[in-house]
Amino acid sequence: MTASPILEVNDLQVEFATRRQSLVAVRDVSFALGAGKTLALVGESGSGKSVTSLAIMGLLPTAGRVTRGTIAFQRGSGETVDLATLSQPAMRHIRGAEIAMIFQEPMSSLNPLFTVGDQIGEMLMLHSNLSSVARRAKVLEMLDLVEIPAAASRMSAYPHELSGGMRQRVMIALALICRPLLLIADEPTTALDVTIQAQILELMRRLQRELGMSILFITHDLGVVAEIADEVAVMYAGEVVERAPTRPLYAHPRHPYTQGLIASIPRPGRAPGERLVPIHGTVPPPSAMPPGCAFAPRCPHAGPECEAPVALTEAAPGQLARCVKLRELAAHA
Amino acid sequence: MTRYILKRLVGMLVVVLIVLTIAFVIVRLAPGDPAALLLGPDATPEDAAELREKLGLNSPILVQYMAFLGNAVRGDLGNSLFFNRPVTEVLLARAEPTTFLALFSLLISLVIAVPIGIYAAYRRGSWLDQSAVSTAMLAASVPSFWTGLMFQRYLATEMGWFPASDYGGPDADFISRMGYLVLPSIVLGIVNSALILRFTRASMLDILGEDFVRTARSKGMSERRVVLRHALKNAAIPIITIIGLTFANLVSGAVVTERVFNLPGMGNLVVNAVLRRDYPVIQGTLIVVAVLYVLINLMVDLVYLLVDKRVRY
Ligand SMILES: Nc1ncnc2c1ncn2[C@@H]1O[C@H](COP(=O)(O)OP(=O)(O)O)[C@@H](O)[C@H]1O
Ligand SMILES: [Mg+2]
Repeated sequence: MTASPILEVNDLQVEFATRRQSLVAVRDVSFALGAGKTLALVGESGSGKSVTSLAIMGLLPTAGRVTRGTIAFQRGSGETVDLATLSQPAMRHIRGAEIAMIFQEPMSSLNPLFTVGDQIGEMLMLHSNLSSVARRAKVLEMLDLVEIPAAASRMSAYPHELSGGMRQRVMIALALICRPLLLIADEPTTALDVTIQAQILELMRRLQRELGMSILFITHDLGVVAEIADEVAVMYAGEVVERAPTRPLYAHPRHPYTQGLIASIPRPGRAPGERLVPIHGTVPPPSAMPPGCAFAPRCPHAGPECEAPVALTEAAPGQLARCVKLRELAAHA
Repeated sequence: MTRYILKRLVGMLVVVLIVLTIAFVIVRLAPGDPAALLLGPDATPEDAAELREKLGLNSPILVQYMAFLGNAVRGDLGNSLFFNRPVTEVLLARAEPTTFLALFSLLISLVIAVPIGIYAAYRRGSWLDQSAVSTAMLAASVPSFWTGLMFQRYLATEMGWFPASDYGGPDADFISRMGYLVLPSIVLGIVNSALILRFTRASMLDILGEDFVRTARSKGMSERRVVLRHALKNAAIPIITIIGLTFANLVSGAVVTERVFNLPGMGNLVVNAVLRRDYPVIQGTLIVVAVLYVLINLMVDLVYLLVDKRVRY
């Protein structure tokens, strides 16, 4: 990772207050994202990826609260702020302008009653003092940049007049129009067809090259991670269980959960007859967390020693994993 | 758009025609001689025969029906038995207090209910939300005649701030006539604000949970802008519907309130017409109210079109 990360999350813990108790949805999450780089946050649904990203944006639902840890963000001015404790008014200057977000559901993430041009232009209205003519020109330029055909006529279109892929392009245009330093993409391609997925990924890669922003890319699909990420953090049941640069992670996954995820990726090069190995069971909810390793109940290698809490430790240079049996597993491999 | 409006207008005409038909049939289906019915119990057989002739009740039913429709289209809804004047005239004379009572009370309920409803939804579960919802329930369950009587007693009779009832003498000017509407408007406004508040709150709650509201927040705008621009516009459609319905209800007769405050409006007219078996007036009111509902419905739909471009014409 580069010398000064643009985003550094340290020991993040998020709790949700429910009627009876407080549930810990995310705990001990740490990662760092270098300027211009892409970090993928990977894990099954329910593992706390969205909660982590919303904590960074300061947009947790009312019941949710950051109860531990820091989220250090290096602003455009060079100043570093802790997003976990920043006031909402200060946060509003960062949101949209310096950190932007795109969401999983392109169908419902755009306001149905405003035109595409209005929704993108509003971003400039909030964060710049451009005239409405200048704003319009910039929106048009941005729509061209995200490769929306007939951009000028799309300006006055409503979201329901566009396909899912086009709407996601609109979301990307909206997110990037203020040239944010950090883009958080929460499963941006999950709701799309496979071919459209590939186009959107390609678009994001190209825009990153051209605009130079950092990307926190959230997905449950390790298959797309290899194409976009420099580094990966694998999340399971609210914790980061493994963190490594992309290449070593694919070559030598250290945590049994990561190994399971990689074994279950369908690959074109797979020999016919070679079986995909699904991981049985589901992520435990925050209310039913096992005492030690959260993955132990589903882990093929679990033993009695897995019932004690376990920290993220170095499994190989630059590669961290949260498993007590690391040595043993490495010896077997 | 033009095609849509044309289609709607044709639909409206059909509804009005159906209502006219019902009004026509009711009088003829009622047991006994329609002429005797229209004339009331005190009529002599000679009067009835004369009226039967005048109304063409002796001609074939289809001819009668066409004549009735033709008259209605020209604005001739027959003569009131009690007032001995054209029904249209009688209705017009009663329209002013009812219309302004409806307008004022609707305005009062909007001013109370919409902001509180929005805020209650935004701060759902808070102290303010809970007290707003329970106050609304209370306000809706107190009968309006009781509120009306209390207001009359304390605000009018004891404090003397407002006139207690009536609508001014024949020579009272417009402003002083409107003064008589203050208390009844507040009474009706309170009752209706309960309903509108609950609707506003419910539709705002729905919308505030939508993904695009989260997108709006992610853009870095103020909460005020998120709620009033991005959420409210989406919540407006059900709110507009309930406002339209409330208004139609008000105009078709705030019967109880008009009686308590002795206002010479449509509500009072209908009640008296029923008591007096003044069939032409009942018939006429039915037609006017139906046309009004249809018009208000059309207006609400046109507002939808302006707000929501997804609505297909
Ligand atoms: N509004 C909420 N109230 C209570 N618990 C929540 C809420 N949102 C998320 N959670 C909890 O946080 C956990 C992680 O959710 P999430 O971050 O959405 O998972 P992911 O994005 O990885 O699929 C879930 O198991 C859920 O129980
Ligand atoms: Mg998610």
